[in-house]
Amino acid sequence: MSVTSPLIAFEHVRKHFDGGRGVPPVLAVDDVSFAVASGEFLAIVGASGSGKTTLLRLANRLIAPDSGRITINGADIADLDAIALRRSIGTVFQGGGLFPHMSVADNIGITPKLLGWPPAQIAARVDELMALVRLDPASHRDRLPSQLSGGQRQRVSVARALAARPRIVLMDEPFGALDPLTRDALGEDYRRLHRELGLTTIMITHDMAEAVLLADRIAVMREGRIVAQGTAAELASVDDADVDALLQTPRRQADRLRELLPRNAAS
Amino acid sequence: MTLWSDPRWGDALEHLPDYLGNHVRVSLAALALGLLVSLPLALLARHRPRLRGALLGFASIVQTVPGLALLALFYPLLLAFAALTARWFGFGFSAFGFLPAMLALALYSMLPVLRNTITGLQGIDPAILEAAQAVGMTPRQSLRRVEMPLALPVIMAGVRTAAVWVIGTATLSTPVGQTSLGNYIFAGLQTQNWVFVLFGCAASAVLALIVDQVLALIETGAQRRSRLRVTMGIIGVTLLIAAALMPSLSRARQAYVVGAKTFAEQYILAALLTQRLQAAGLPATTREGLGSSVIFNALESGDIDVYVDYSGTLWANQMHRTDIKPRAELLADLKAALARQHVTLLGELGFENAYALVMPRARAEALGIRSIADLAAHAGKMSIAGDYEIFSRPEWAALTQAYGLRFRAQRQMQPDFMYAAVAAGEVDVIAGYTSDGLIAKYDLLVLDDPKHAIPPYDAMVLLAPKRENDSALRDALTPLLGKIDIATMREANLRASSNQSAADVATWLWEKINAKDAAR
Repeated sequence: MSVTSPLIAFEHVRKHFDGGRGVPPVLAVDDVSFAVASGEFLAIVGASGSGKTTLLRLANRLIAPDSGRITINGADIADLDAIALRRSIGTVFQGGGLFPHMSVADNIGITPKLLGWPPAQIAARVDELMALVRLDPASHRDRLPSQLSGGQRQRVSVARALAARPRIVLMDEPFGALDPLTRDALGEDYRRLHRELGLTTIMITHDMAEAVLLADRIAVMREGRIVAQGTAAELASVDDADVDALLQTPRRQADRLRELLPRNAAS
Repeated sequence: MTLWSDPRWGDALEHLPDYLGNHVRVSLAALALGLLVSLPLALLARHRPRLRGALLGFASIVQTVPGLALLALFYPLLLAFAALTARWFGFGFSAFGFLPAMLALALYSMLPVLRNTITGLQGIDPAILEAAQAVGMTPRQSLRRVEMPLALPVIMAGVRTAAVWVIGTATLSTPVGQTSLGNYIFAGLQTQNWVFVLFGCAASAVLALIVDQVLALIETGAQRRSRLRVTMGIIGVTLLIAAALMPSLSRARQAYVVGAKTFAEQYILAALLTQRLQAAGLPATTREGLGSSVIFNALESGDIDVYVDYSGTLWANQMHRTDIKPRAELLADLKAALARQHVTLLGELGFENAYALVMPRARAEALGIRSIADLAAHAGKMSIAGDYEIFSRPEWAALTQAYGLRFRAQRQMQPDFMYAAVAAGEVDVIAGYTSDGLIAKYDLLVLDDPKHAIPPYDAMVLLAPKRENDSALRDALTPLLGKIDIATMREANLRASSNQSAADVATWLWEKINAKDAAR
């Protein structure tokens, strides 16, 4: 991959949250810097409470940093219109974050609608996206989110994120609550979309195996700091006990699987 | 006569379009105003904990004020406000009837709407709110497209509660001059017409149920996201509003309005005046059940055109006089004072409805009591009952001082129940009214007042300032002046308390007056 100027960059970003009465403030993001190139798929891995979700909320200005700069295409997002910025970025939430009172089609078409697309164009786009995430438009378009399975909901959520043709997609533990089969299928499908549509993706996950399988590059977060970043191979050479421990899990799983599931029964 | 063949059902039914229409009108207007104020306030307060606390606290306090008192308070408030606008901007408005009732009821409706709107909005999953932001909604879009639709079922539940409260409480708007289903209840209570009371209660309950069910359609429709239910509910509300507005649009309003206070004699006299006006070809309607303090102001400001009051009541309540003068002097003073307020004293009807101390004849004879002076010696061991105002009126202070009266206990009672109570020995003495027919019915004795401590209470016809020079009105009512003696009025009152409608008794009264004239 050719490294040009980054599409998204965090420069010395710091963010704390007030702890409320009697609770000390929490430094959720502590001097974080990283860059994501156009077309790159970055996974941010860390335990819960390591500050990785805060990174995403900073990226689409749901919250503002205490200090540091976040740029998209070189422009500080603090200088951009927050509403327009969010409409230009696709977001996939943990559990979907679908609007329970809106049909599948209305959920998917919401950002185009906010942008003022004509209804016919929205309808066509919705059908196109449903096909893209492998949902049958005819039988699912008018359903409510409560009438879908967890995997279907997450497919709708991905379709909604892509509706207004964003260049950037932010995903917060998108496949975490799904069963392993669905999770694998959805991950593969998303990876394909990422490549075909030329997206730039930041995905938050606590599952290193998922990160290794889907992402081009991985950043490891601990207590608000990025302790290591690089490709899976690069991480393997990092001298950090936590990073090592994180990588041990998928390695061990792969070894066990190879042992227990020989590709050729005769060997 | 069985309960169902009672002719009073028909009588009650006749009033239904008028009472129900007015009841629905004032309730819907109050509810609409309440929503119009509460919803934006709730939206404003949802992210401001201090404002939220203040609003909910205020609404809760309003809720603890008894409905009747809240309605009554709005009348003088508006009256003062109308005087201010008249002075500053050159226009006044009627502080009587619709306006005070609607404002008080609107205030009453606020708590459930405020509370449920705030609760409904706060109950939304924060993840959904963040999703609304993340897909690029402005705060306004988030409110309209996500928060309001999701909170709608809870908000509608609050609106339903408010609707039921307002419709129930609207029955209390009768004493401030707003016609409502409460007219049945107030009139029925005064004339012991239990059919009316029952009818009024049932009608307002049925109305509340219907409105509640129509709103429930919208609520469950919102909950189950069923367009059909919501549409049906909205059609129902529209029909209700249309039905409420229809009669007022078709009815021409240029009639004389005859006022009546809240007791049987007043209902009869108002019916009599109305009948006389109608007989003279003047359109006339009755506004019944007005509070004793409301009615004079209503006349003064022209909200009603004519009513019957009593000299002693005006002397004490309107002139704020505590001294007691001989009848002729008092009348002359009163006439002069009323003229200064441009209220015309057309004349006396011929009888007096004074307060009087009354006790069972047999008991009085046994104790040798014939006058209030005799009673004073026994009063320390006796209990007395009176209506809601007597014990706080200046003539009560004058009376007890003049005779050195001190009773063991004082009780306040619905006037119609006092006579039965004293006859049954539940109280020893009552402060009754001289024109009451029940005095004869229960064989009670009216005690003499040798020191003339009780002022005269001559029944007199008063005309509104705007009717000062209305000769048609004067001509229609003059034949009644001086024609009703105390015995006739007592019998009329007795008839009213034994299931005859006020209109029937008025007709009887007019025939009686004519017969007497013919005999002369």
